[in-house]
Amino acid sequence: MAAVKRGYFGRYGGQYVPEMLAPALDELEAAYEACREDREFRDELEFYFREYVGRPTGLTYLPRLSEHCNGARVYLKREDLCHTGSHKLNNCIGQALLARRMGKPRLIAETGAGQHGVATATVAALFGLECVVYMGEVDTVRQALNVFRMKLLGATVEPVTSGTQTLKDAINEAIRDWIANVGDTYYLFGSVAGPHPYPTIVADFQSVVGREARAQCLEREGRLPTKVVACVGGGSNAMGLFKGFIDDREVELIGVEGGGLGLAGDDHAASLCAGTYGVLHGAASYILQDADGQIKGTHSVSAGLDYPGVGPEHAYLKDTGRASYTLATDDEALEAFLRLSEWEGIIPALESAHAVAWALTHRDELTSEDLVIINLSGRGDKDAEEARRVLAGRV
Amino acid sequence: MSRLSDSFARARAEGRGHLTIFITAGDPSLEATAELVPALAEAGADAVELGIPFSDPLADGPVIQAAGQRALERGCTVAGVLDCVRAIRARCDLPLAFMTCYNPVLQNGPERFAREARVAGVDGVLVTDLPPAEAGPWVETLAQNDLGAIFLVAPSSTPERVELAARLSTGFVYCVSRPGVTGTRDDLPAELFDLVARIREKTDRPVAVGFGIARAEHVREVCRVADGAIVGSAMVRVIAEAPDAAAAVERAAAFARELAAGKAPAG
Repeated sequence: MAAVKRGYFGRYGGQYVPEMLAPALDELEAAYEACREDREFRDELEFYFREYVGRPTGLTYLPRLSEHCNGARVYLKREDLCHTGSHKLNNCIGQALLARRMGKPRLIAETGAGQHGVATATVAALFGLECVVYMGEVDTVRQALNVFRMKLLGATVEPVTSGTQTLKDAINEAIRDWIANVGDTYYLFGSVAGPHPYPTIVADFQSVVGREARAQCLEREGRLPTKVVACVGGGSNAMGLFKGFIDDREVELIGVEGGGLGLAGDDHAASLCAGTYGVLHGAASYILQDADGQIKGTHSVSAGLDYPGVGPEHAYLKDTGRASYTLATDDEALEAFLRLSEWEGIIPALESAHAVAWALTHRDELTSEDLVIINLSGRGDKDAEEARRVLAGRV
Repeated sequence: MSRLSDSFARARAEGRGHLTIFITAGDPSLEATAELVPALAEAGADAVELGIPFSDPLADGPVIQAAGQRALERGCTVAGVLDCVRAIRARCDLPLAFMTCYNPVLQNGPERFAREARVAGVDGVLVTDLPPAEAGPWVETLAQNDLGAIFLVAPSSTPERVELAARLSTGFVYCVSRPGVTGTRDDLPAELFDLVARIREKTDRPVAVGFGIARAEHVREVCRVADGAIVGSAMVRVIAEAPDAAAAVERAAAFARELAAGKAPAG
């Protein structure tokens, strides 16, 4: 898995940023490298994981879904039980500690579904840092409750009206803010995408998910899972889970993208399934684009997957065949949203419902020999309003 | 590329500043762009930077970003901009540089992009999100096509990065006046003059200052230490606020004349 060139995973990754940002990324990399092996930093991270995030999160067996999947044993890794309701807080705690070490008093972040924005606003409150969150105007409407939560936590939410007014445009605005305020500002990036060193930093802080899941699975079942499954937007929860199993070659790594209305048109967010090599937001990866290199608008019922790019390490894992990537459509994800709620009493985030949908649509390929861990990256409370609208009459 | 270096050399020889004007290709239309460039030349611009719009630019402030979005909505493509350059070249000999992001270059094929740009009559290229560390093969491609490489140097650039950018910039060094994205400012920071001096230590190539240059007195002030000034957002705004393409050309030319007054040293 060694990068062939600094900041690269095969031909993916890199630092495609305007010169104004390059020194800031160098500074970030140096600070991260210093913390990486630093005992005190790691202890502090552990402390907050335990005392504040609520780690370790559980590994929950799903009796009905297991029965439905031909007796395969299906578990959920319960990142929905993290404080703030998703895996996003793992990364935010880590990066906020880094920001504090770097002496940066101001955090900025982008957010799609609002989960990363809420997590960033939370750590800003915890550590007494100023916080500005950029969010596409379309998303502020879809996720109004999260906007309120961020404000409640003391953050300023800046609606972004440029471009498609979704996650990608929120990232553009956050990067522009960073360029203008690079001295006192820490850009707390939420996914394993973006320029080096973000993909590495975020994967590191999320790797606790896979580490825990592996140990819990061995303890409960006395063996490793046959498959681990996670949804992929930018790809941070999936990378966190995959990191725990990447050296266990017999464990299949499966990423599920937002399939929207299907691949026939452009109404999807499946960068790995349908994208091509390109450069977006500072890194080379698979992206959804037209022949002239313009980024395409995306669609997914889940705002958190609504992104035309993906983390470069996922692109690398796809090309090397170590992980495989598929998609779940809006309808499949909504069906999973309903099934998990009714069968298991767990309301998943619409993002995570895509990973659950994989089990429903692939049940024919599963046998009683299979042991599957699905990452439930977030809880569904934030989506209740949107789901009520979309599922009108079905509940 | 000789058009570009000649024009800087001429300004140096005449003891005056060099004025580059940035406009977004395709805003309000590619036909208007082909009219704007000769009019700007006539009005005293020494070079024009044509922005090839990208859907997700990182270094652009709101004015240029919005112009790019409008151009894309009207169907502006790399091929369309190249046609536009050919139309301009039929009418004027002003040095032209492209300013864009890497992905449109990548998808059109960097070698094909450079070759076609050269054949159409472009003299230099700045790819804003391709810093020197990522630009190795690209610099060679530009050299093979006799296109001037233009790299950004920012106030935050370390001495090593200044040196690298200065060494690789065969067209001119684009000095960013202050932290931030493109956009107009009221005043110029004192540190700018130190930065230009730092670049001068590393290269004899022309140095032009951009970002926040909006008035004739900015041009004059900048040209006291640098070879030239680059005006972007202020001009793009003038074009955007015009009611139609004809008025845009007229107002842009008038504004360029105003700015060009700043090329002469203060008497």
